[in-house]
Amino acid sequence: MSDETPMDIDYVANLARIELSDEEKSTYQKQLGDVLKYFDKLQQLDVEKVEPTAHAFPRHNVWDKDEPRTGLPVKEALKNAPQSRQDQVVVPKVIEE
Amino acid sequence: MSNNSPIFKTATELSQDLQGGTVTSVDITQAMIDRIDAVDEQVHAFLHIDKEDALDQAKASDDRRAKGESLSPLDGVPVGMKDVIAVKDQPLTAASKILENYRSPYDATVVRKLKDAGAVVAGRLNLDEFAMGSSTENSAYGPTRNPWNLECVPGGSSGGSSAAVAAREVPLTLGSDTGGSIRQPASLCGVVGMKPTYGMVSRYGLAAFASSLDQIGPFSTTVEDAALLLEIISGHDSLDSTSYPTEVPNYSAELKNSSEPKVLGLPKEFFGPGMDDEVRASIDQVIEYYRSIGYQTKEVSLPTTDLSIPVYYVIATAEASSNLARYDGIRYTSRSERAENAIDVYAKSRGEGFGAEVKRRCILGAYALSSGYYDAYYLRAQKARTLIRQDFEKVFAEVDAILTPTSPTPAFKFGEKSEDPISMYLSDVYTISTNLAGLPGISVPCGLSSSGLPIGMQLIGKAFDESNLLQIANAYDREHLHGRQVPNL
Repeated sequence: MSDETPMDIDYVANLARIELSDEEKSTYQKQLGDVLKYFDKLQQLDVEKVEPTAHAFPRHNVWDKDEPRTGLPVKEALKNAPQSRQDQVVVPKVIEE
Repeated sequence: MSNNSPIFKTATELSQDLQGGTVTSVDITQAMIDRIDAVDEQVHAFLHIDKEDALDQAKASDDRRAKGESLSPLDGVPVGMKDVIAVKDQPLTAASKILENYRSPYDATVVRKLKDAGAVVAGRLNLDEFAMGSSTENSAYGPTRNPWNLECVPGGSSGGSSAAVAAREVPLTLGSDTGGSIRQPASLCGVVGMKPTYGMVSRYGLAAFASSLDQIGPFSTTVEDAALLLEIISGHDSLDSTSYPTEVPNYSAELKNSSEPKVLGLPKEFFGPGMDDEVRASIDQVIEYYRSIGYQTKEVSLPTTDLSIPVYYVIATAEASSNLARYDGIRYTSRSERAENAIDVYAKSRGEGFGAEVKRRCILGAYALSSGYYDAYYLRAQKARTLIRQDFEKVFAEVDAILTPTSPTPAFKFGEKSEDPISMYLSDVYTISTNLAGLPGISVPCGLSSSGLPIGMQLIGKAFDESNLLQIANAYDREHLHGRQVPNL
């Protein structure tokens, strides 16, 4: 856990899809190491027989009426896209040739 | 400025004046704009204000009133929005560079309800980026300053919403509260701020931070005004599947009914070390007052209090790392110009667009959810969350509400905690467990420290028992009205 090895910041930043500078990496690694130490309180807790809480007042099988509703028009939905063409978002090529 | 100016009135008074015909919505809205022009350069509560649109809405309200077609008591009263609540065609930056050019294509449910009630929805209010912080120092557009002392923080994350009301720039605002982000800034700025029960107010159109904890709620100068705003924004919404199907009482009418003295619980874990002496003295006076009007107080115990901060930061960062994945440089955020492939678009756009605290929390959340650590952190935190909920359930079998300070200290100076995440996280120690348990909480101003900074008390209520919580809060507030004191600006 946290006291065994420091967080592998390159691995986790990649999971979070956030590019960090070298300076950010060393600052965050230290700061997050301290936060993880603070989290150790949780490790000492006996919670084996406790059910987890995802929501304070969980609701199950929430259904809406099966009635058609107008959605956002394509032009509106694309208004905030950084690049779009022919009513679609433009992205760099993802399939290799 | 004359004391008779609309900016010094409560929303309830403005509503009466509008109905009595002694003021128009255009008068009120213009006075608000003039006030913003006069003081916001110092306070910096607003990230944006569309003055023309505000005056158009005010004019429309006055026209309705002239025809006898007013829509609600709030028709014509301005309400400001934290810049995470969507208003159609207005900016929504979440105080982040990544949403610098975003404009909302639709209204949040709370905004639709306010527009349906005729309120003048105006102004985008500053916050810690994506609501992550307790001081508003994490805004990409510069911090908001506390109207009571410009060298101090206004609290956060809804620091713009609290400072705007304290500075009398707008009578009512909305904020969002994930771990104290309404109550703590309300306390630090000397105004009323309320987090409703989870599920009471729709989150549709609120930029999500931690979905199982976030709630939208009101800021005002009095408890009476908070009730007025809360009854308009509350209620079930099919667009938010966590919204709870329950009746919305007429809170402001119920405040007028006389209520029986209640039993208040004082959790011994909250009154321990770390609480500022002046805060304690101020809360002692509040306790004395409640006793003097027949209330009983009782020491209670919430033994899991010291778990609430680690549990919160595991759950909130895990949910944030998932929620903020949508800011990916693809659909509606700025895109890095250095991006050459798809992964680049994500990583570089987010690396350039997010500030330090947002990066830290997304990384921490990704870590807590990652393979090998999920059981140790996230699952454990969810189980500990159950223990925290059960603590409150036990206490609420014996008391009607819990009384605590809202914040361990009055407002702190800029830079004092910004380099030390844990010390910043600890400023939410009294508010965080309320969100984990889903309960309603309200901060009510209860005086000034010797250096002239506001102190606030927090009342925590039973789930969906806003009506009683507001009555208990009002029993103090209507006799003290600390929120009506105006800072010198």
